[in-house]
Amino acid sequence: MKNLLILGAGTAGTMMANKMRKKLSREDWDITIVDQFKTHYYQPGFLFIPFGIYTREDVVKPKNDFFPIGVKVIYEKIEKIEPDKNHVLLADGVALSYDFLLIATGTQTAPEETPGLKDKLWHKEIFDFYTIEGAIALADFFKTWQGGDLVLNIAELPYKCPVAPLEFVFFADAFFTERGLRDKINITYVTPLPGAFTKPRATKMLGELLKTKNINIVADFTVAQVDNDEKKIVDFGGREVKFDCLVSIPTNLGSQVIERSGMGDDMNFVPTDKHTLQSRDYKNIFVIGDAANLPTSKAGSVAHFAAEILEENLMCAIEGRPYTASFDGHANCYIETGYGKGTLIDFNYDTEPLPGSFPFPGVGPFGLLKVTRTNHYGKLLFRWIYWHILLKGKEMPINSEMQMAGKKL
Amino acid sequence: MTIKAIAGLNIEVTEEGYLKDASAWNKDIATAIAKEEGLELTEKHFEVLEFIRNKVANGETLTIRGIGKSGVVDAKTFYQLFPGAPLKKATKIAGVAKPVSCM
Repeated sequence: MKNLLILGAGTAGTMMANKMRKKLSREDWDITIVDQFKTHYYQPGFLFIPFGIYTREDVVKPKNDFFPIGVKVIYEKIEKIEPDKNHVLLADGVALSYDFLLIATGTQTAPEETPGLKDKLWHKEIFDFYTIEGAIALADFFKTWQGGDLVLNIAELPYKCPVAPLEFVFFADAFFTERGLRDKINITYVTPLPGAFTKPRATKMLGELLKTKNINIVADFTVAQVDNDEKKIVDFGGREVKFDCLVSIPTNLGSQVIERSGMGDDMNFVPTDKHTLQSRDYKNIFVIGDAANLPTSKAGSVAHFAAEILEENLMCAIEGRPYTASFDGHANCYIETGYGKGTLIDFNYDTEPLPGSFPFPGVGPFGLLKVTRTNHYGKLLFRWIYWHILLKGKEMPINSEMQMAGKKL
Repeated sequence: MTIKAIAGLNIEVTEEGYLKDASAWNKDIATAIAKEEGLELTEKHFEVLEFIRNKVANGETLTIRGIGKSGVVDAKTFYQLFPGAPLKKATKIAGVAKPVSCM
């Protein structure tokens, strides 16, 4: 009997368990998936919680609901991967051996990386919304907040769901306008990037959107520390931004298991071939989702497109054939812009987000780099798709490779 | 393609003034580009440039975190040496490609 071992039962790991159980014969292959937590969080939903649109119940389900029959599930902390011995040690002392290993251990926020961030104002006037606890604390704070300087700060690149901070300030603008408080709230977007986004056209479009919504932007700002007494953030060059409410996107790091195993880069992301998804250092290890050091977004859509490539390439590796699939870095992100509207970007390693229509050229129904009501419904509908189709590894009517048709250069 | 005269040599650069070929770099070129950026280079600057060039030659990703933990400089000194947007300035002066922010 051979073993396929999957570390991490988040979006990527769960999808791969479902896909590979269909592919691999149950007579020859055991599939085991390990995760320390029993709850699956719909992470894209965290953004909606501070504004009272979703509650905790909308974003949690038991992980058990999403595993297929024939996959062994172990809920235990992972201690260490020992790739030279082809086994993984769990915290309870059990060693799991594998023929092939999939690393899907994701990325977590690490607020302790920024001095003063996780200090006396943490979850009182300083919040994150990338954890369920932070999102709920912020929702409670917003219920009675009477205004002041609302500052959103991205600590460091890369961070997961790169559009979420923009969506957050768009939502905040709409939320406080509807409450009649907008003129008492000064919203500032503070980013280490030179503008609202990385690539020229999306940066221009999103930058203009910030402007029309009267949201200030402070660019090229890498936070060095948070001053809890004077309520300001300070960058390495000495620039300061004052806040009454700070919403932080803390540094994102790969799992500590990766660090303990000595398998990561300086942020604990695993060096991975960006096309084959094979680990740079070990032939029988593959990496998927946020855990990999791929030069694309850390996002569920990327994990989803990569899963289709990995399913094919893993079968190639198992059957001793050359790889037939190549990942292009495809990412697809719905961006909420407030007031029941949204925009959409679709891009990959080589092609920046371009205007056009998606997924059907000229038809849509979704508009790329356009603000439309349909895009917003696309995002809301996605939660259903996520729970019912995506996690279970079922086919979606969207190509894993990015398509140029429908895009305007 | 843009050719630019830097320190008496004709060098191929990108639209933003980054060297296309890292091997065309020398210390005089660094000094000349630094001058355009309003910087006078010291020994410490060159130590950092050397570190950056080695990192890039090894195909590794440059981050402020990585440079800050390199032992060559801490992040604060890095900002003092290359004020404003240190990673962009330092790579330009080091004659390597502009770092890509991946999102």
